[in-house]
Amino acid sequence: MIEVIDTERCTACDICVNVCPTNVFDKTDGIPVIARQGDCQTCFLCELYCPEDALFVSPFAEAPQAVDVAALKEAAVLGSYRRAVGWTDENRHLRAADRSYRLFGH
Amino acid sequence: MTNSSGGAEKLSSSAGSIVFDADVLVLGGGPAGTWAAISAARHGARVVLADKGFCGTSGATAAAGTSVWYVDPAPERREAAMASREKLGGYLQDRRWMARVLDRTYVQSNQLADWGYPYPADDDGKPQRNSLQGPEYMRLMRKRTKQAGVTILDHSPALELLVDGSGVVAGAAGLRRQKGDRWVVNAKAVVIATGGCAFLSKTLGSNVLTGDGYLLAAEAGAEFTSMEFSNAYAISPAFGSVTKTLFYSWASFTDQRGSVIPGASSKGGRSVIARALRQGPVYAQLDQADAETQRHMRASQPNFFLPFDRTGIDPFAQRFPITLRLEGTVRGTGGLRIVDDSCATTVPGLYAAGDAATRELICGGFTGGGSHNAAWAMSSGYWAGEGAAEFARQLGTTIGRQAFRRGTVGLHDRSGPPLHGGALARSVQDEVFPYELNYFREAGRLGDSLRRLDGLWSEASRADAPDDQELLRGREAAAMLATARWMYRSALARQESRGMHRRDDYPEPDDRYLHLVTTGGLDDVWTSTRPLASAHYSEAAE
Repeated sequence: MIEVIDTERCTACDICVNVCPTNVFDKTDGIPVIARQGDCQTCFLCELYCPEDALFVSPFAEAPQAVDVAALKEAAVLGSYRRAVGWTDENRHLRAADRSYRLFGH
Repeated sequence: MTNSSGGAEKLSSSAGSIVFDADVLVLGGGPAGTWAAISAARHGARVVLADKGFCGTSGATAAAGTSVWYVDPAPERREAAMASREKLGGYLQDRRWMARVLDRTYVQSNQLADWGYPYPADDDGKPQRNSLQGPEYMRLMRKRTKQAGVTILDHSPALELLVDGSGVVAGAAGLRRQKGDRWVVNAKAVVIATGGCAFLSKTLGSNVLTGDGYLLAAEAGAEFTSMEFSNAYAISPAFGSVTKTLFYSWASFTDQRGSVIPGASSKGGRSVIARALRQGPVYAQLDQADAETQRHMRASQPNFFLPFDRTGIDPFAQRFPITLRLEGTVRGTGGLRIVDDSCATTVPGLYAAGDAATRELICGGFTGGGSHNAAWAMSSGYWAGEGAAEFARQLGTTIGRQAFRRGTVGLHDRSGPPLHGGALARSVQDEVFPYELNYFREAGRLGDSLRRLDGLWSEASRADAPDDQELLRGREAAAMLATARWMYRSALARQESRGMHRRDDYPEPDDRYLHLVTTGGLDDVWTSTRPLASAHYSEAAE
């Protein structure tokens, strides 16, 4: 489930509010809020679309988890999915890294 | 033919609602919906696309990615691709449809390459087009939908269809949940591309897929088919949402004590896993993947590794607990019944595409997994968009046409307490999640479950409309309930095991059931049977 919007990094662009398919976030006058955490389907897409690496989705789908934001930032976990799929300038080559064709037919 | 005539006309924006006038309304913004919208716009229609979530992220494909039934057009390759699936599907497929879907998927996939989708190339430099990264694919589809001139309404779930005095579909109405108002689209044709129903099971990306399109189509009189093929379960880490069953081809499965579970496997042994899960925890470890395979896995599906990297588990070297999450009719093969090559349904002006439509035509009774469903979304989306645009063109002017709302459950004030979507959804889950009810079916258990589901339906249909905050949840739960009843009524009608449908009381296929099961109805759910297309062909040849 979505656990964190890091207030230091968030620029209140509201992209997460728009792109969340299950409408988990609400806009505010500033930083959006996680308004309906229980509706999070743990699809990681808000995190992927966040241009500031300000979001963290915990892999636990059924229950909220306590998380240590400082440690996550220290370990560069925030934004790790975006980097892995090539949605950052430095990693654009990874967009065509799919090797699924080598795995089919197993 | 190819002019994009721009978005639909916005008629008014009075307090509480916004009204559009369009030729074609597409409900759903996943692969099928976006292909349908682009196709309709290219055929000259003014198009509105309304998505419950955000067109580009909602649906099973956007979060997960998918393989694609993309086969080179060499005749022997096509023949092999079709033949390899027939036994699995219980011989219920239609070869004519398989061939036209292969042709259409080839064209659409190549179109994606022309649009800039970054397909990988193999070591010889040959492009590989039988797999799509979900976020990348759907981000591109959103962009192309907008460029085609389609008006996109995000966070705008449909609540009910509109029909004219002769029962022809005339549009739909719904909520704009982030704006706190309503939308109405007056349209000459509607494409249902809302996906299947995975019953809020948290299988990756599927919680927007609650059968909403089924319910509103049924309220306008649409029929369904192959709804008994609805018991697909996917493997995921017990704590997580990432269902990537392909990767479990390299797994060993063990019980609590660490003993290998005999017969358990991702393919052909998933029922063994289901039975083992009823006894206790089951663990997987991807210990059969060599270093090269591990590298390909990492490169191909970064999201598969999120639950592991973030919990400190090495899935290749350590065992982790797994579960099976219900994928229902998302990976099943049933859905709205298609009556012709344009993907028309039994309701005039109503078309269906993607997982909302039946995939029995190419899959028979066994899931095609992502591969066939992705091919179907591209193909049926293309045809449904084209068919809807042509229907709209032939209908001509609709000035002065009266439209009537067809929504039922949860939308009107009745005599009961307000519909409680959350509680109802949990009650439906209790009937469709358990393996002993849905995976392993038997007449007595199915019958008991149906009685409980029928009871829930009669309660729900007497309930008052909930307030706007709860309205969508109520309609979603009602759609899940209706879907479960079509599934189990159809499952009772098929007294054999065929495709993915398993009956403990009839464990073998029985040639007396080499036909298709149609279903429908809301207060009274009915079933009937239809012969296979191949039976029609042989009749015509005589």
